[in-house]
Amino acid sequence: MNTEKKWNELTPDEKREERFKRWLSAPGVEFSSPEAEKLYKERATRFTRAFQLGKPDRVPCMLPAGNFAAYYAGSDLRTVMYDYDELKRTWRKFLYEFGDSDMFFGPGMVPPGRALEAVDYKLYSWPGHGISGDTTTYQCVEGEYMKADEYDALIKDPSNFWLRIYLPRVFGAFEPLRYIPPFTTIEEIAIMSFVPYGRPDVQAAFEALLEAGRESMKWMSAVMEVSQEAMALGFPGVMASLAKAPFDTLGDTLRGTRAVMMDMFQRPEKLQEATEKIALLTIDSAISSVGESGPPLVMMPLHKGADGFMSQKQYETFYWPTFKKVIMALVNEGILPILFAEGSYNTRLDIIKELPKASVAWWFDQTDMARAKEVLGDRACLIGNVPTSLLMTGTPQEVKEHCRKLIEVCAPGGGYILGGGANIDKGNPDNLRAMMEAVKEYGVYK
Amino acid sequence: MSGDLVNLIADLKEGEVLELVKQRLEAKEDPMKILEDGRKAMAIVGKRFADGEYFLPELVFSGELLKQISELVKPYLTKAVETKRLGKVVIGTVAGDIHDIGLNIVDFMLDVNGFEVYNLGVDVPVDAFVKKMKETGAPILGLSGFLTPAFDAMKETVEAVEAAGLRNKIKIMIGGGQMDDEVRKYAKADAYGKDAMAAVALAKGWLGAK
Repeated sequence: MNTEKKWNELTPDEKREERFKRWLSAPGVEFSSPEAEKLYKERATRFTRAFQLGKPDRVPCMLPAGNFAAYYAGSDLRTVMYDYDELKRTWRKFLYEFGDSDMFFGPGMVPPGRALEAVDYKLYSWPGHGISGDTTTYQCVEGEYMKADEYDALIKDPSNFWLRIYLPRVFGAFEPLRYIPPFTTIEEIAIMSFVPYGRPDVQAAFEALLEAGRESMKWMSAVMEVSQEAMALGFPGVMASLAKAPFDTLGDTLRGTRAVMMDMFQRPEKLQEATEKIALLTIDSAISSVGESGPPLVMMPLHKGADGFMSQKQYETFYWPTFKKVIMALVNEGILPILFAEGSYNTRLDIIKELPKASVAWWFDQTDMARAKEVLGDRACLIGNVPTSLLMTGTPQEVKEHCRKLIEVCAPGGGYILGGGANIDKGNPDNLRAMMEAVKEYGVYK
Repeated sequence: MSGDLVNLIADLKEGEVLELVKQRLEAKEDPMKILEDGRKAMAIVGKRFADGEYFLPELVFSGELLKQISELVKPYLTKAVETKRLGKVVIGTVAGDIHDIGLNIVDFMLDVNGFEVYNLGVDVPVDAFVKKMKETGAPILGLSGFLTPAFDAMKETVEAVEAAGLRNKIKIMIGGGQMDDEVRKYAKADAYGKDAMAAVALAKGWLGAK
């Protein structure tokens, strides 16, 4: 990435190559020992090869350890959302005690509780805030945060829609933002331009925003400290930025499931137009969120395109076109999207195989892996899918045996990463260790 | 004419459905017959869903159509609607989980297949399940859950039902997102159903209905 011009002249494959090379070289990481550096490079190389459909030394393992560290160390999600020292302590304990693993799950997915409180966040419930304090996850509160007659506002000017209509609904503290005129009205000598910002309620909204910002900085320094320590010890992080399929953005947190499904019948053109618009926003934010030297990966959790949620025709009409557009924009920038298909994707395999070879990784939750390997095996890296239930309630022997079978089906030819169906937050750490044992025992490429 | 309405609803022709309902009401037709057509249409929708012809969007939309029809019919109703039911089922999403998409599909499918459904909603405390089971005398309990915290909540709910002395009188089925037969064993429920059609089949089987 020497000069801007040179970067633009590279093909998507060359860009991806370049990005993975930079990630492997771990710029800025001060390793704790030469041994740690060697292990880091071995592990990152293992993932790099598997992601690009190649054969590494052995099958890499992505431990599905979401908020596991908190519970492992005797704490819980509620506590670590509010106490960053506790956040660091728990993740460190897990880091030092777990043993060998191919990567490390930093605490970046634990949200800063006080920042969310400062802005009166309504879109999610979290332990002690909308759901019981001992719940192990945060959960989306379904709702019609965008009304049916607001499609035009979103399509015409998304920024304005977000600022003045959407944000005031999902953040209680931002309610007064609706008094702020569009920023595009600020021109010429500022005579009236700043008057709305003098309103006490608007000022209070900005105060809340500042407070959330201050809190987030404290949170981020804790997260960075632990993540950097893990890297220094030789564990690469493979989870980086997140993006969503445009239909999910609209269906999850704007219109809500019920309303977006009604829209398929009552205003299909608006729905399509809105997903086109959202795709452009997603592409910009996803590309800019991939750091220069971090893993060149964008994780996309997928929801409403799963089997059963819509018909094949509806998927092809409403879901796939803009989802594919986002994927291809990332691929063309040399970024490899990890497409995390929650639920199952058995009926979508034949459509999704049209993506360019070795350009994406599919992480499956409950999809039939034998069929996935058959259809996608020579197209895309596969990740998955030890059942969450087995990881949480089974014995280490059962987990290891399940992994053995998965490896037998998915590993031949390369392009496979052993992973969970979804993240687990609690349970026997030996079940996670059993996954590591399995890749070492059964996953070596000869 | 009545067959028309049934098919129009089942085919989700919103404009034509509402037009026809209005015509029939203006022609002083018995509003109960219109509601009966709605019920028949929902049974067809349910069958198409079970056959993989319809998906979630069609269920949601047909429910909305039925709601609109009921709104139109309501002012003309003189007596309460009574329908014969196969049996009672209490359902709900267990404590600590606030997801209801799957729960509502099960509700819909049990309802169109003739069950009297008591839907307790989401994040249902253990005690509320026990109370409703006692109050209704329902022989079947359906527990829904999407995320992993539901594993323990289901187990605790089954245990509470047992502690209340109800366990041997009722059947318990579980389903949703990350649930499977492993969780069924862990929670000590009677059956796991992978979708709403399975819930209907299980409930019918337990009641000896066809």
